[in-house]
Amino acid sequence: MSLVVPSWQVETRNKTSVPFGLAALAAFLLAFAIPFLVSRGVVQDLFFILTMLVLAQNWNLLAGYAGLISVGQQAFVGFGAYAMFACVILLGVDPIAAVLIAGVLSMLLAIPTAFFTFRLQGPYFAIGTWVIAEVVRLLLAQWKALGGGTGTSLPRDATRDMIGVGVMRDVFGMKASEAGDALTYWLALILLVLTVGFVYRLLRSKQGLGLAAVRDNEQAARAVGVNARRMKALVYLAASFITGVAGALIYVQKARISPDAAFSVIDWTAYVIFIVVIGGIGTVEGPIVGVILFFFLQNLLAGYGSWYLLMLGLIGILVMLFAPRGLWGLVSDRTGIQLFPVRRLLRGGSLNQVHKGGPHG
Amino acid sequence: MNWLDTIVQGVLLGGLYALFAAGLSLVFGIMRLVNLAHGDLIVLAAFVILALVTTLGVSPFVGALMAAPLMFAAGWALQYFLLNRTLGKDILPPLLVTFGLSIVIQNGLLEGFSADSRRVSAGSLESASIALGPVNAGIMPLMTFLSAVAVIVCLNQLIYRTAVGRAFRATSDDPVTAGLMGIRPQRIFALATGLAMVVVTIAALYLGTRANFEPTSGPARLIYAFEAIIIGGLGSLWGTLAGGVILGIAQTVGAAINPEWQILTGHLAFLLVLLFKPRGLFPRAVD
Repeated sequence: MSLVVPSWQVETRNKTSVPFGLAALAAFLLAFAIPFLVSRGVVQDLFFILTMLVLAQNWNLLAGYAGLISVGQQAFVGFGAYAMFACVILLGVDPIAAVLIAGVLSMLLAIPTAFFTFRLQGPYFAIGTWVIAEVVRLLLAQWKALGGGTGTSLPRDATRDMIGVGVMRDVFGMKASEAGDALTYWLALILLVLTVGFVYRLLRSKQGLGLAAVRDNEQAARAVGVNARRMKALVYLAASFITGVAGALIYVQKARISPDAAFSVIDWTAYVIFIVVIGGIGTVEGPIVGVILFFFLQNLLAGYGSWYLLMLGLIGILVMLFAPRGLWGLVSDRTGIQLFPVRRLLRGGSLNQVHKGGPHG
Repeated sequence: MNWLDTIVQGVLLGGLYALFAAGLSLVFGIMRLVNLAHGDLIVLAAFVILALVTTLGVSPFVGALMAAPLMFAAGWALQYFLLNRTLGKDILPPLLVTFGLSIVIQNGLLEGFSADSRRVSAGSLESASIALGPVNAGIMPLMTFLSAVAVIVCLNQLIYRTAVGRAFRATSDDPVTAGLMGIRPQRIFALATGLAMVVVTIAALYLGTRANFEPTSGPARLIYAFEAIIIGGLGSLWGTLAGGVILGIAQTVGAAINPEWQILTGHLAFLLVLLFKPRGLFPRAVD
């Protein structure tokens, strides 16, 4: 008599994930070719969508997975942008290189920031991050070399001679301004793919499982050995790096900065929160759905000024009350589709039936 | 005696910040809800007072007296119909709903009153002052401070000496057990928010008469209120007054050195307290 050793496997793949992966690859290739296919205005709109989506994925990682509800992410957008401007204007660094430096500096800023804000519990953490963003804004508004309170512009030469612009001009015959837009667009696309890849990898890793455990029950997670504080701090640092890079990239494209715009709580936090909440917090798909809806609403209602923001606020409140897992949550609950599956399924072994977990896996 | 004057102005300004904070502190103490729209509700109340003063031609004080019951009703309904649905173990829904509310109020006010800076005129009281020993103090700032003290005395009396206050404290400690004793937590929460809105109206009276305000002034008021609470330590209204005073002094001293530094030095004072006394200067609550 031989004992059959069951060979169980833990995997997260599901029916839709493989076709979706192929579709995503095709979409990425198409997105890459966009600057050759459409006008400059459309490229700029798409750049805006991509960067908002990067910010939304970051905020979702913080709030939806690490339980760090920040209303002060504009601190890192603004700081990253100012760091990039300082590198370009004061040190003569190439804007593209300055974007990366800005990300590193933003992460460094996050260390003292976390030191203060992590002392505040729960809801007070949220306002604490806001205070930090105000402090950074007020300090940078004192920096006269970068225009003080009124702000400044990137020198024209700097953006015209960026790494890559020359090559694109020669190879594709683009004008300097066109090439600049295409370049920032491609960088935003790469940043988005890397961000989604990073978030998804993190969630499927052991650390991600720990993070989900902390979110669901911090005490129980700590009891089985998850270092909740360390996990949260790492997520906070990673998010500030990516947010800083995104902020710097946005302002390479804008080429004009002022403290009020760079640290705008509406532009860099309120919109981002609505995108994530309406799309579906705590999923990778949610912000993607949210940003598409956000873009359509904006084009539809842009002429109505503050009515538009008022509507967005109302929709956000209604979604939070009646569909707290957002539009994607509604779709996913009804169809069971998960494009970025993170739920672990047990397969193989002596049990032939497929285990199906609950909606929260 | 320039410095003494600066400090006295700072103390009086602190009274205004304590008024901003008292309502926020009351709501947090009873239902652990941080209302991110608190600052915008103060600005909303200021616009209500402004509308009453301009349409009826009454004095701002009568205007505030008329606005108070309106704001109480608005706060009661807001809590009962909206915010009560968000309360629970998860802190995300109340934060995001009140954040959304903040955006809704700001943009509603922008549509209704335009982006112009407004001010409620208090007539001759605005420039009147009396001598306090070697320094002169304006009547309005002095009234602000005394109102803050009066509000705190009244709230403390209410919370620790009355049946309603006992219900507040019981619900704060354990809503389920309080429910078994015949208290309806939902109504207690609504009553507390209504009360907080009355305090907000008093704060709005002094905000509106003391300086210019506009529809987007709310978030900064929320931040000052929050800083006063954290500096003073959670759970103590007198601590909140002390926190407001420290914040006020830091701001006026900063402004005396360089007018651009007023807000910044206030924030820095807050960060210093957070650095050395993370639980505030006069902590009382355990959580």
